[in-house]
Amino acid sequence: MKTICLYFEIHQIIHLRRYRFFEIGSDHYYYDDYANEQGINEVAERSYIPALRTLIEMVKDSQGAFKVALSISGVALEQLEIHAPAVIELLQELNATGNCEFLCEPYSHGLSALANEECFREEVEQMRRKVKDYFGQEPKVFRNSSLIYDNEIGAIIANMGFKGVLVEGAKHVLGWKSPHYLYHCTENPNLKLLMRDFKLSDDISLRFSNSEWSEYPLFADKYIDWIAAMPENEQVINIFMELSALGMAQPLSSNILEFLKALPVCAKQKGITFSTPTEVVTKLKSVDAMDVPYPMSWTDEERDISPWLGNVMQREAFNKLYSVAERVYLCTDRRIKQDWYYLQASNNFRFMTTKQTGVGLNRGIYDSPYDAFTNYMNILGDFIARVNSLYPVDMDNEELSSLLTTIKNQGEELVQLNDEIKSLQEALKKAEGDKPAAEKKATSKKASGKKSK
Amino acid sequence: MKVLMFGWEFPPHILGGLGTASYGLTKGMSQQEDMEITFCIPKPWGDEDQSFLKIIGMNSVPIVWRDVQWDYVKSRVGQYMDPQLYYDLRDHIYADFNYMHTNDLGCMEFSGRYPDNLHEEINNYSIVAGVVARQQEFDIIHSHDWLTYPAGIHAKQVSGKPLVIHVHATDFDRSRGNVNPTVYSIEKNGMDNADCIMCVSELTRQTVIHKYYQDPRKVFTMHNAVSPLSKEIEEIVPKKNPKEKIVTFLGRITMQKGPEYFVEAAAMVLNRTRNIRFVMAGSGDMMNAMIRLAAERGIADRFHFPGFMKGKQVYEVLKMSDVYIMPSVSEPFGISPLEAMQCCVPTIISKQSGCAEILDKCIKTDYWDIHAMADAIHSICTNDALYEYLKVEGKKEVDGIVWEKVGLKVRALYEQVLKNYGK
Repeated sequence: MKTICLYFEIHQIIHLRRYRFFEIGSDHYYYDDYANEQGINEVAERSYIPALRTLIEMVKDSQGAFKVALSISGVALEQLEIHAPAVIELLQELNATGNCEFLCEPYSHGLSALANEECFREEVEQMRRKVKDYFGQEPKVFRNSSLIYDNEIGAIIANMGFKGVLVEGAKHVLGWKSPHYLYHCTENPNLKLLMRDFKLSDDISLRFSNSEWSEYPLFADKYIDWIAAMPENEQVINIFMELSALGMAQPLSSNILEFLKALPVCAKQKGITFSTPTEVVTKLKSVDAMDVPYPMSWTDEERDISPWLGNVMQREAFNKLYSVAERVYLCTDRRIKQDWYYLQASNNFRFMTTKQTGVGLNRGIYDSPYDAFTNYMNILGDFIARVNSLYPVDMDNEELSSLLTTIKNQGEELVQLNDEIKSLQEALKKAEGDKPAAEKKATSKKASGKKSK
Repeated sequence: MKVLMFGWEFPPHILGGLGTASYGLTKGMSQQEDMEITFCIPKPWGDEDQSFLKIIGMNSVPIVWRDVQWDYVKSRVGQYMDPQLYYDLRDHIYADFNYMHTNDLGCMEFSGRYPDNLHEEINNYSIVAGVVARQQEFDIIHSHDWLTYPAGIHAKQVSGKPLVIHVHATDFDRSRGNVNPTVYSIEKNGMDNADCIMCVSELTRQTVIHKYYQDPRKVFTMHNAVSPLSKEIEEIVPKKNPKEKIVTFLGRITMQKGPEYFVEAAAMVLNRTRNIRFVMAGSGDMMNAMIRLAAERGIADRFHFPGFMKGKQVYEVLKMSDVYIMPSVSEPFGISPLEAMQCCVPTIISKQSGCAEILDKCIKTDYWDIHAMADAIHSICTNDALYEYLKVEGKKEVDGIVWEKVGLKVRALYEQVLKNYGK
């Protein structure tokens, strides 16, 4: 029996503003509020709200047979909170039906998995907490930004307790194998891989409204027939895409939501079910290990990391950004932490790509990759200066870390000692009645206690 | 195929981009074996490269019959012209020009530059072209820039062959819109009479269509290219100071080139960093104003005016540079950024330049956007990755832009014109 695992991603970056080099050091605000508000509202109105309403309706109409998975990047969630809380309400409504699973992803939608393990773990944990806060679910399945995955990343996330991970069903990794089975990570067999069927996914997200496509117009029964016609023993069909594909990439006028709505009924007729990723990883058995020595992603024809790190400028920006990763990890400054998440978003690197893909790329406010690079590096210049001003630059990170730990421990100790003094004082008061001299003595004791530390 | 070309400049004695483009184009076309080019210029110096085309000096074409001896002719024009050609041309004098000022060979003198009596020289050039057109055999006429349009029209009327004109610039580019009516009328007349108009960029093509009211069907874009660097230039080792970056502007310091935007951008960059020097090489009517502006902004210690550069000097300056900038307000094509990229120098050009249409591995800004320009300069000077990328990829890109390809495109257009001519 076949099952469809349907998953949608929600991510919108925080747009950076035009930041000239002469602002470095004088202005520490990097974001284009207008573009952010306008962008998130547009996508919410045109895509997220109608699409989520449809999903809720589908769950209700199918008496629970329809199931779906979602994930939201932390930065997108922050923006939705501020500008489009209606979307969050719909997400919670969908969550309340019990047929929606929320997955975990890096908070920033960044590339930290490729750069710094500690940072990566920190932001994944942060996202985990956020999902728990909002939806009361403990995510068990992970998806990395743009489905970037290799063996090492697999080992880290398995270690963090995830049971499964969504990955691209890239041809160069699968070879003759089919994406319609469950696989596991070579480093840790407990981590199961769900391979995306890019053909069936792109049929919806990329080609649905294209009237030049040979399969146009696509109807739900035809689509389900394709799945039903697959070999009998194929188990799971993973259809992953961005939620904005419904409404932005494929306009609502193409009736894409009607197509979606008809899927559960057609599937039921053919005996095909829907499952969430957690159900898939718990119910199905892995057929084989999947060796992914080099990072792969769901973007571009090559399905590798070249859209973000393909040229020297992108690598330079990436290296410069993560050169301060440890310092940021050590610090406790909230504004720096926040900027750190926003600056990491992989879209910032995508704007700098010089690849000719034939598919139009929206570069936002930038009119060339050089422009994107210059603007980003200006901002990064200011950000790095701020990070460096927190602690002396010539001190190495390990030394700094141990010093910070010492300071922290001493601080805790001080608090503890103070508490002790307090309780002793009170005991003294009780014992000696209202003698002011005793109090004085206790205060001087407290001061000398501090000095000796 | 035989082509009769009219031009004004030809290397090594050149005054602007026209000479370089004429040379490159003819050299590229001469790669086709059956292509014979005769190139007319006002005044040859004798050291022109005639290996791939024939040059006729308009100052050696008789328009008044004089009885002169072979040896005397040889001693006068022999270094750049076969004396027999003089006699052949003399047989085709078509009117009595005794009232004109001619020398002992019956020829008119030309300065070959852009003198004050330019209109007189243009007229004389056209008179001489009548003789050349009657004597020479050719299939098609090709006129470069407005100075030679009257000559082209004259040759067309005499020979009945089709006329192709090549628009390297229009007066709208040179004057920021305040066109000289005499120049405009010569340009318009040339375009009206042409069977095919080649423009060096889409930008120029649009000007020709909208400001000169030409039929878009006969106006084509023919982007320029660059000749590969000679070995001598390749071998120049730049003297670089590792502690300092040099940003270079190279060209005539005139309104068209937007020098004031460069000074303003430089002032912004220098407010922030001091290890960058700015060079404005060239001369022109706005030079003094620019020196004053640099002083006013308080950056004169870092802003240099080395004056007019020529030949090898140009490449020495380019190779020393870390950034090349061309903030032209209106540039029909602009060959110099391509030369800078050949020398591995990252380049910033204005979006209002024709060459922006074919270049990708360079930074493009609006000429008036001094903030963007300053940012781009600062970015290349401080980010090695960007510098390296533009340096390596820019060189790769510009090496693919060769005149041979342009020559083939010109040839195809010729064929098309000849096919449709007279129909």
